[in-house]
Amino acid sequence: MKLLAIETATEACSAALTLNGELSLRYQVKPRGHSELILGMLDELLAEAGMSLGQLDAMAFGRGPGSFTGVRIATGVVQGVAFAADLPVVPVSTLAALAQRAYRELGESRLLPAYDARMQELYWAAYQVNSSGLVELMDREAVVAVEKVPVPSGSEWYGIGSGWMSHGDQLLDYLGRDKLKGIEPAMLCSAQDIAILGENGFRQGRAVAPEQALPVYLRDNVATKKAC
Amino acid sequence: MISHWVKRANSTHSAIGLQNYSPLTGKKTKKMRVLGIETSCDETGVALFDSDQGLLGHAVHSQTEIHAEFGGVVPELASRDHVRKVLPLLRGLFHETGIERQTIDGIAYTAGPGLVGALLVGAAVGRSLAWAWKVPAVAVHHMEGHLLAPMLESEPPAFPFVALLVSGGHTQLVHVAGIGCYQLLGESLDDAAGEAFDKTAKLLDLPYPGGPELAKLAESGNPDRYHFPRPMVDRPGLDFSFSGLKTFALNTLQDAKEREGGNLSAQTVADLSRAFEDAVVDTLLIKCRRAVRQTNSKTLVMAGGVSANRRLRRRIGEMMAKEGGAAYYPRPELCTDNGAMIAYAGCQRLLGGTDEPLSFSARPRWPMESLEAVSSETN
Repeated sequence: MKLLAIETATEACSAALTLNGELSLRYQVKPRGHSELILGMLDELLAEAGMSLGQLDAMAFGRGPGSFTGVRIATGVVQGVAFAADLPVVPVSTLAALAQRAYRELGESRLLPAYDARMQELYWAAYQVNSSGLVELMDREAVVAVEKVPVPSGSEWYGIGSGWMSHGDQLLDYLGRDKLKGIEPAMLCSAQDIAILGENGFRQGRAVAPEQALPVYLRDNVATKKAC
Repeated sequence: MISHWVKRANSTHSAIGLQNYSPLTGKKTKKMRVLGIETSCDETGVALFDSDQGLLGHAVHSQTEIHAEFGGVVPELASRDHVRKVLPLLRGLFHETGIERQTIDGIAYTAGPGLVGALLVGAAVGRSLAWAWKVPAVAVHHMEGHLLAPMLESEPPAFPFVALLVSGGHTQLVHVAGIGCYQLLGESLDDAAGEAFDKTAKLLDLPYPGGPELAKLAESGNPDRYHFPRPMVDRPGLDFSFSGLKTFALNTLQDAKEREGGNLSAQTVADLSRAFEDAVVDTLLIKCRRAVRQTNSKTLVMAGGVSANRRLRRRIGEMMAKEGGAAYYPRPELCTDNGAMIAYAGCQRLLGGTDEPLSFSARPRWPMESLEAVSSETN
């Protein structure tokens, strides 16, 4: 299958093209530079493969959680491209993609991805790798106060993502160091894993129309009503 | 939440730059069909403009209801709504107009000034559409869009002219020598006129956004009961200041409340509205007259949300007639934020050869004077 994936929710901006099992990637860490980079990445990937948008089966994008603006850049780009080329879109969780990357690069199979959500909170989820080598969500994704993170059962968990940078000690103390096998706070989400999970989502019929390609912020309480 | 549709299949259009043959060279000029996207604040707008056929259609979705309970625009909520609404509006626009997507020659999107997160939504969608369709894109200045909105009417003004841009975010007097040739003559040093309208309406307990509501009440107000000052008219120059007027309104209102035993009668609210509106209209009018005389202009263009105000239109029209000139403004639906003005302004720039690089950005602060001129030959 042929799928184009984009991801701009964290400090890294990335795009990936899969072509019948082969994957090419563009990946650059450039905070606040995503809107300058992303379309050029897509253009290069297609040109290199000698492909046009019309030949794709689908697109996939990191639908959040993450930086609100970053998530909306990926959403806006995927909406524009998919609308223009009449392509279905697979929304992929950036927490799942980060967990998938940790499995792919570190071989870890019990994963606790966490992004710093500011305001003493984390975007949080727990994943286990299934027999097909894909991460599966345990329970649910949440935006949660550091001291209210759901404690996963068992041990050998691996912590990844910026949440372990901003609140690493607090989390280790709270969860208990014996639960954790290790942490990798510097790992960022990549379009490579958006593509891997996107292909799987497409096969499972989780693609949507471009206008249904929408962010999942997790934090929905973003404004306070005025006191009259 | 209001979405409205305007479809003009056979518009007669004669604005500058829309002729089939260049008056300068006699050669056939380029024709262009442009999709415009506007998401700079709390309205999502999309439109199709054709340099031969004029405005083919446009649609606006207003977020007023979302922000009403907060008493003002919440930027994050604005961004979140734009990303939900742009594509449904676009699909509707193509459906309603029956225009084939393959006939689009370029994409125009508002890049600033405005709310950065909101702007990025339109920029991302617009620039990506252009890349996917392999057509040029142009980042449009929101105020240039407003300024050129009267060009969408059947009798457009001719350059040069003086423009009063008056909205909830801006109050500016600009000398316009041509597209992209803008000289700022004066602007508000504090609140924009529309902002003063809304804030005063809030003091009078009118529902958000109160400006238009205040103007409606002013219709039945007695013009002789209260008199508000005309700020800065006794000083030379073309700058405005409206924040003092709001304070004056507050003090007058409190006095009236005391006199009326705590609650204002409906007539008093109307009288206060009238006094406030008269003060704003007079102030704008005095500065406009000064600007027109100072620049020897016979044409005044008014645009932006407040330019829909009926009393302001009438008074400015009368003033310009006395000056031996004429005033121009867009139809009310094109005074507020919309995609049509962005498609039009973008079309002029695309005809002038603009093609943005393969990236996009929002420019929340973007001085209009920094824009490049569009040469009249290519235009």
